[in-house]
Amino acid sequence: MEEEKKMICIMCPMGCELTVKKTENDVQVSGNTCMRGVTFAKEEISNPKRVVTTLVKTANGVKSCKTTKPIPKELMFDCVKEIEKLKLDKVEFGQVLIKQVLGTDADVIVTSND
Amino acid sequence: MINTDVLVIGGGPAGMAAALSASENGSKVVLVERDNILGGILNQCIHNGFGLHYFHEELTGPEFAYRFRKLVEADKNITVYTNTLVTKIGEKFVEVMGALGNERINAKAIVLAMGCHERTAGNINLCGTRPMGVLTAGTVQKMVNIDGKIVGKDVVILGSGDIGLIMARRLTLEGAKVHMVLEINQTSSGLRRNIMQCLEDFDIPLLFSHTVFEVVGRDRVEGIYYGEVDENFKPIESTRKFLKCDTVVLSVGLVPEMAVANFVKTSNITNGAVVNEFYQTEKGWLFSCGNILHVHDLVDNVALEAKQAGKFASLYASNKLLASDNVLEVEHSKDFSYALPATIFAGQGNTEIKFRLKAKIIKKTIVAKCGDVILGKKFVLAGVPGEMMSITFDKSGANKKISLEIV
Ligand SMILES: Cc1cc2nc3c(=O)[nH]c(=O)nc-3n(C[C@H](O)[C@H](O)[C@H](O)COP(=O)(O)OP(=O)(O)OC[C@H]3O[C@@H](n4cnc5c(N)ncnc54)[C@H](O)[C@@H]3O)c2cc1C
Repeated sequence: MEEEKKMICIMCPMGCELTVKKTENDVQVSGNTCMRGVTFAKEEISNPKRVVTTLVKTANGVKSCKTTKPIPKELMFDCVKEIEKLKLDKVEFGQVLIKQVLGTDADVIVTSND
Repeated sequence: MINTDVLVIGGGPAGMAAALSASENGSKVVLVERDNILGGILNQCIHNGFGLHYFHEELTGPEFAYRFRKLVEADKNITVYTNTLVTKIGEKFVEVMGALGNERINAKAIVLAMGCHERTAGNINLCGTRPMGVLTAGTVQKMVNIDGKIVGKDVVILGSGDIGLIMARRLTLEGAKVHMVLEINQTSSGLRRNIMQCLEDFDIPLLFSHTVFEVVGRDRVEGIYYGEVDENFKPIESTRKFLKCDTVVLSVGLVPEMAVANFVKTSNITNGAVVNEFYQTEKGWLFSCGNILHVHDLVDNVALEAKQAGKFASLYASNKLLASDNVLEVEHSKDFSYALPATIFAGQGNTEIKFRLKAKIIKKTIVAKCGDVILGKKFVLAGVPGEMMSITFDKSGANKKISLEIV
């Protein structure tokens, strides 16, 4: 099982173009200028995660919300769908909409402030 | 008629930070905002990535705005008028309309914090018809994130500025198909991390040296002709292709909202006012900060800058703003597109110059010099035009022009 991937490091504006080689028990990174690129690439190739920000429907429109932590990248669309299912009358800033969404360690909370 | 020490126009992050700081320095403050809520552009930026420097947390735009708004609301020296539009600025007064009716507000000092507006189809001479469905990225952002509307199913984005990139992701998550992002230049003006998180994560192609040749459609957008451009940005007709779509989103730049303050001298690079070290314009009583002064990429920098401007406006209002007669001009080499402020007062203490680079640099040192004397140095691991940078140094050794150079 060998995997090679090119990616842009997002740790600083330099935007190094990294090449990451993954074998069964090792990850090799090249193209980086500093060590932060290695850390980034290792996490990005084995388990890329993103914070999801989207909208929740309420009686009088939409309110913004987010996951409190990054969740696995492949769950992004499912997470948005889970939030779309909700129909709430009114929400408040900081309110927890879904606890541990899709079995992750992240909650979905309201970020809208009005 | 309303009287105050410091009047702040615009209730975005710049306006709120300026108002708080003016109050902290002992002034009575009036803050005027045309919208029905404070927060400015932040309220529609529901993505995260705000506040890493200021609050040491990665917040969404509305959360960042919320923190500031609570501080403003708790401050007894600040009076906020929302739903109030400033229509005219005169010598130490403004005229407003809206919730207050037609009113005049007198102030000892005025701070401009009205932000930016977007370049439109007209500004970039977009060819073809003007059907429904040609929209600027910020407008789309507001329609989707605030009003909960759906803008279209098949989308093309013109321009790879950050707002366009952010909206590519947003519209994709909302169920639209974003076919491509076309960028006329060879590089993106957006942050690399946004290209990765907003385009690559969703396999949205970004085509450099490409543009929209023509928009097609009578009532609604029916498609575009697009293709490559040559080095003079002229369409190469042989590359012309058609793409069916119902929405064209423009992300082609921001312009400081200087219309009501057009009497003041502006820079032809930033399109914002020319200011000195105190963020003071040529009209001593008029200050400027945030996006109306120069376009910022980080709200944290907006807040820090506005805090300074608010303090100096407050000092001016109480006749405590002391400046040396020895005014030092700030210059820069061709490596920089601009440097701000335009002038610094000779004297003691630290000062900061903000700038943008013309091209990417890697492992270079930027110096601030006065003649042959090096006042300050900054080593840059990597610098790109898309990121505003700054250098801070002790100015006590300076007695004539200060210049920024790369060594
Ligand atoms: C789409 C987008 C995405 C961004 N993403 C990020 C990000 O991820 N991270 C980050 O740190 N920064 C980001 N930024 C940058 C940051 O949000 C802005 O730089 C910042 O909001 C600018 O603040 P401001 O107060 O100068 O302007 P604004 O927020 O635009 O506020 C100006 C206010 O003035 C009011 N106003 C204007 N004219 C008048 C008038 N005549 N009378 C009364 N009121 C008036 C407006 O209604 C508005 O509320 C983003 C910006 C945009 C546009």
